[in-house]
Amino acid sequence: MTWLLVVLGAMAGAALRHLTDHAVRARHGAVFPWGTLTVNVAGCLVLGLLTGAVAAGAAGPRLQLLLGTGLCGALTTYSTFSYETLRLAETGSVRHAAANVTASVAAGLGAVSAGAALADTLWA
Amino acid sequence: MPPLPTETLRARPSWRAHAPVVAVVALGGGAGAAARHAAALRWPTPADGFPWTTLGVNITGCAMIGVLMVVIAEARTAHPLVRPFFGTGLLGGFTTFSAYAVDGHTLLAGGGGGLALTYLAVTPLAALGAVWAAASATRHTLGRRAVATTQRTGGGPRGGTP
Repeated sequence: MTWLLVVLGAMAGAALRHLTDHAVRARHGAVFPWGTLTVNVAGCLVLGLLTGAVAAGAAGPRLQLLLGTGLCGALTTYSTFSYETLRLAETGSVRHAAANVTASVAAGLGAVSAGAALADTLWA
Repeated sequence: MPPLPTETLRARPSWRAHAPVVAVVALGGGAGAAARHAAALRWPTPADGFPWTTLGVNITGCAMIGVLMVVIAEARTAHPLVRPFFGTGLLGGFTTFSAYAVDGHTLLAGGGGGLALTYLAVTPLAALGAVWAAASATRHTLGRRAVATTQRTGGGPRGGTP
């Protein structure tokens, strides 16, 4: 059951990441990896909210496995983020590569804080 | 990820054309997340402890995508679903940015400022180092093999890439 929750959440998360990246790429082009940045920040927001909900007792371990380990874990990605950053650096946009790392980490942390704050307001 | 392996499908962006790609991404993502969950169960991180397992998972996944992308680029005829399954799905589902950010946030909130900043800085640096080193090593290995094959077969493009 535990494994099923993780796998089902992750299947939805990975598909959602792919479709979001595809849609963002179609609108903004493929120069800067906006698609990966979008899913990573969105996943951080949801996981921040979920972690707050679990801490407040509003969500249980099953929801944590389905939405946290599964959905958010697979919606966000470190491998594509690193690969795209390396590609930016290799194609001469070292500034864009540095900006991608800085923006991803800062926005990711900000999104976790926002999600946790929202959980506090809702359930604390 | 840059240029999707579905350029041919993009001209006809119907759901039917895109469905196999989404399906293999989902399957790969499920398998990758299961592997990440297995690692978390095998090497559990204690509360307020340094998240070694997530760090290890992310670095491993980054090294693997470095190998994968070079192999796909060098291979003349990779199946169009190879990259969505292994790259976007499996490795994307295995590695995680959200757990990294939440772990960093938890360490910061717990008062471990130094440890938190170390974790937040070491992960991207090690991840980038891993993808770069793995891609370089794979390019080097494939390059040497291609040269060896060319020499064995007396040259010509037919003996080329593996």
